[in-house]
Amino acid sequence: MIAINNISKWYGGFRVLTDCSTAVAKGEVVVVCGPSGSGKSTLIKCVNALEPFQQGEITVDGVSVGAKDTDLPKLRARIGMVFQNFELFPHLSVMENLTLAQIKVLGRTPEAATAKGAALLERVGLAAHAAKFPGQLSGGQQQRVAIARALAMDPIAMLFDEPTSALDPEMINEVLDVMVDLAKEGMTMMVVTHEMGFARKVAHRVVFMDKGEIVEDAPKEDFFGKPRSERAQLFLSKILQH
Amino acid sequence: MKLDIFLQQVPDGDGTWWQSLASGLQWTLLVALLAWIMAFALGSLVGVARTTDKRWLTRLGDTYVELFRNIPLLVQFFLWYFVVPGLIPSVKVWVTTLDPTQHQLVTAIVCLGFFTSARIAEQVRSGIQSLARGQRNAGYAVGLTQVQTYRFVLLPMAYRIIIPPLTSELMNLIKNTAVAYSIGLTELFFRTREMGEMTFRYFEAFAAATLIYIVISMAANRVMAFIERRVAVPGYIAGSH
Ligand SMILES: Nc1ncnc2c1ncn2[C@@H]1O[C@H](COP(=O)(O)OP(=O)(O)OP(=O)(O)O)[C@@H](O)[C@H]1O
Ligand SMILES: [Mg+2]
Repeated sequence: MIAINNISKWYGGFRVLTDCSTAVAKGEVVVVCGPSGSGKSTLIKCVNALEPFQQGEITVDGVSVGAKDTDLPKLRARIGMVFQNFELFPHLSVMENLTLAQIKVLGRTPEAATAKGAALLERVGLAAHAAKFPGQLSGGQQQRVAIARALAMDPIAMLFDEPTSALDPEMINEVLDVMVDLAKEGMTMMVVTHEMGFARKVAHRVVFMDKGEIVEDAPKEDFFGKPRSERAQLFLSKILQH
Repeated sequence: MKLDIFLQQVPDGDGTWWQSLASGLQWTLLVALLAWIMAFALGSLVGVARTTDKRWLTRLGDTYVELFRNIPLLVQFFLWYFVVPGLIPSVKVWVTTLDPTQHQLVTAIVCLGFFTSARIAEQVRSGIQSLARGQRNAGYAVGLTQVQTYRFVLLPMAYRIIIPPLTSELMNLIKNTAVAYSIGLTELFFRTREMGEMTFRYFEAFAAATLIYIVISMAANRVMAFIERRVAVPGYIAGSH
């Protein structure tokens, strides 16, 4: 579904990504972890072309992300993305957040878009909040709306960039629960997170990054059983301590 | 101060001094309104251009803003009135078809429109940039095009955020219309000076003008405050993003 082949990226003279390769098969859940500044966000943003890259190739469902003639809005509409800071549209109601792109991008009627939005709000447990504005919701609620907004486009895959790291601890689980359900339904997911409990529960593979490189890319059991690289071992021992 | 002066006839005029000031006020309001519309449209375009990732567009926008911000307004009036028609033959041809009043009016609107647009462009740019990268990415990520992302995501918030500075730009514009007296437009300040010079009742004339300028500025202020309240986003705390 998502194939990342030998990606390299520079910010000016600074190399953020070095020869990164990995893949996410249909229905697979891949967790990406690694120390701060290792390039996780940059890599995941390359997948839906929010960040350009200078070398290598990424294809999503056979479409080359970096190719000049790729219709990026069309490609992005098929890939859901959830951000660390939610990034709901603050001037739109919760329902309007869910219907905007359905109407403007997919050309659905407002009625169809609203029906879809209502079903998704129900699913993330926020049916009662459709008329509220993002600023009136808690962080956990906002992030669930953000997931629903992405799902409203019927994506073929979902990208998550540290979806719970801006949340107060007591709100993390309500978001993770939604993600676990998604994973169990067979959604293709690439998830940057340090929530190792989530990784253990639903991930198929774990990718470990450090200094812009993919150091380890292993099935979950192998990664948690005995990571091969020292850097991954060190990282795991650090984050599992707390 | 004697108010009866306002009821006296203007020598060689067809009304009282009060009517003369009122007609000046009409020109002032007309110029301010049309220049504001022009400035808002142009300023939005240029402000947006300066936030795109096209280098040449941002350069062009930056140059535009610097150009109109760095030339004194009075000089700009003279440039538009005397110099520009001479530089562009088609403009010259068109200007000769206008009567003097129309020429002054068009010049005042165009000059203040461009001048104010540069200032609005600056506000629009800073408003959009205050939204940071995240909102733009969120718009792109759901499949909106760049134009749609500006239209539905970035600009609605940016405009809300910049209502206070836009209010002061509107008030500046209203005050700047007085400079149009320099090319002979018979707006409020022109009529005020005229009244002072012809009657030597400067105090009454300028007291009236001062009052009128204060009232229209305050009215503009109120209108903007009303708009600000009308479009306020429930629960949104500026800068919480
Ligand atoms: N726009 C930019 N210009 C220059 N350098 C950047 C830019 N964005 C990110 N970087 C650098 O690229 C590197 C990778 O950043 P990235 O955000 O991908 O890391 P990350 O693994 O997601 O970290 P975190 O866990 O803190 O989110 C960092 O060193 C960062 O400072
Ligand atoms: Mg990151």
